[in-house]
Amino acid sequence: MKIHEYQAKEILRHFGVVTPRGIPCFSVEEAIQAGQSLGTAVCVVKAQIHAGGRGKGGGVKVAKSAAELESAARAIFGMQLVTHQTGPEGQPVRRLLIEEGADIRKELYVGMVVDRGSQRVALMVSSEGGMDIEEVAAHTPEKIHTLFIDPMQGLLDQQAREMAAKMGVPETLLDQARVLLQGLYRAFDETDASLAEINPLVLTGDGRVVALDAKMNFDANALYRHPDIAALRDLDEEDPNEIEASKFDLSYISLDGNIGCLVNGAGLAMATMDIVKLYGGSPANFLDVGGGATTEKVTEAFKLMLRNPGLKAILVNIFGGIMRCDVIANGVVSAAREVDLKVPLVVRLEGTNVELGKQILAESGLPILSAVNMADAAAQVVQAARG
Amino acid sequence: MAILINKHTRVMTQGITGKTGMFHTKMCKDYAFGADCFVAGVTPKKGGQSYEGIPIFNTVAEARQQTGATVSVIYVPPPFAAAAIEEAVEAGLELVICITEGIPVRDMIRTRYKMQGGSTLLVGPNCPGVITPDEIKIGIMPGHIHQKGPIGVVSRSGTLTYEAVGQLRELGLGQSSCVGIGGDPVNGMKHIDIMQRFNDDPETEAVIMVGEIGGSDEEECARWIKAHMTKPVVGFIAGVTAPPGKRMGHAGAIISGGKGTAQEKLAVMEECGIKITRNPAEMGKTLKSIL
Repeated sequence: MKIHEYQAKEILRHFGVVTPRGIPCFSVEEAIQAGQSLGTAVCVVKAQIHAGGRGKGGGVKVAKSAAELESAARAIFGMQLVTHQTGPEGQPVRRLLIEEGADIRKELYVGMVVDRGSQRVALMVSSEGGMDIEEVAAHTPEKIHTLFIDPMQGLLDQQAREMAAKMGVPETLLDQARVLLQGLYRAFDETDASLAEINPLVLTGDGRVVALDAKMNFDANALYRHPDIAALRDLDEEDPNEIEASKFDLSYISLDGNIGCLVNGAGLAMATMDIVKLYGGSPANFLDVGGGATTEKVTEAFKLMLRNPGLKAILVNIFGGIMRCDVIANGVVSAAREVDLKVPLVVRLEGTNVELGKQILAESGLPILSAVNMADAAAQVVQAARG
Repeated sequence: MAILINKHTRVMTQGITGKTGMFHTKMCKDYAFGADCFVAGVTPKKGGQSYEGIPIFNTVAEARQQTGATVSVIYVPPPFAAAAIEEAVEAGLELVICITEGIPVRDMIRTRYKMQGGSTLLVGPNCPGVITPDEIKIGIMPGHIHQKGPIGVVSRSGTLTYEAVGQLRELGLGQSSCVGIGGDPVNGMKHIDIMQRFNDDPETEAVIMVGEIGGSDEEECARWIKAHMTKPVVGFIAGVTAPPGKRMGHAGAIISGGKGTAQEKLAVMEECGIKITRNPAEMGKTLKSIL
């Protein structure tokens, strides 16, 4: 789960990380007031959306007067912000963060992720702050330093100081940087984060180490023990189809094609998208109905796919396994009836009672195309989508 | 022979009194030598009861001591599943197969840390389990699609493994063992660990390796195969069409920072001499072509 920058900063401050003073705002009027109450000569107006690359897209502006702040807030609030992470349609800005300006002397990078290889949390630091860390990794990987943190000991004083020195923090500021790095790790660990990033971390003219930006993502499987973090979820930032899917315990991701895919199991669902593409079609979605594909779930899955006005055909690919194919076939038939299906439907069933399942589909009177295997299913659905 | 488990394996079910634990213990007990193999169940505070004639104990240690079971399968709900793995490790079991999906990553980091240097093997979590056809099935896979034979199967996915097995069956090719290593980012045995065992297993003649986007386990396994494997391997990676930055159902199936793409994995696997297919409908056919 993702949260906004201002929310991440609020969490990090609890763990001793220094951030600029700032006030989240939900309207231009609030932004103007926030500027007044901050009372600093320079303010920064920052669009709060979940995607990165906001600065380049025009979502971050420096204001040196009340008038500048107002015009920046009016320009950014409500804009359709396009960044390399939003897609071409962009994301509307519904929240702003008004922050005091910082006297930046140096920009650094700090990130934390779960490293799969070492099965530990990795702390990554770099002297190259303020830019896309993936580019740093691609062009000057020697400028990124990584430490795998021992889960029982945490981030030790000496380790934190060494990492701070490696990213170019001068001797006089090493202790401040150590406190920040240790606070970041404790925040990461105690909130079940899956990613934390401070880019840039800045050294200021008045000798402070400040998190100028902050990003945190959380492990969805651990939210049950963090109701305070779960409450930070901003549904406006998520795909409405994916929100709808999550209500029915369906795993759904929108894609830009026109062939709907309904599959049981994540691996098979990905493979089904792949084979549709391989046969010259284009998948409209990833959809895993999970192990217990009930009639209700299948019906909801059909409704979800049919929200897409460009949908040309649907492929149902179920490897029943322990689930009985006749039960799935009944689910598909009743779902197709309930949603009054107008696009061609190709169904591939495999597993227990497969013959009975096929018979139910054939006798339903619905124009269902039955496929004998995955390749046949893909070929048929691609043909059907071409109409 | 086969790998990891056979008809002489003695198994306990942790979480045997839950709905999933009951259902799948019954299915496993009814498969091949299951009635001999499934000898104990564990549920705290339910010791002394029984299910399907299988005695239930309060702790793993007690179950082991009373029945001699050295393998466990876990269906415990996610908030308690990592602790269940640790209990099995502390009781000195040889192999723990964790089916549970949705364990917080932080819990698994700690559990894996505690397992360092120990001898207990972990398969999963978030996996379908392990089957040695016509001998023993530990997990949630459909037993009836499998048959005994010379092909090893290792995969991060459940239903996609069944798909591979189904294709093998159509071609009359049976399996030595099939191992689902699970779809989580922090897990137990990796592709490489299973591949080493298939290489050492005289009953296995060839292997199908099924991977998916995220991480670099498939690449590591491919490099090992190039250096050491004496048997042919066929590979498929799911998620060529998966968009970056999106979790595709499995917690571990995500392309992040441009890493873990299917294209990258397929390229490394091909370089390392693995016969890859980009068509998930042709895993079986591709394997047959190299035998």
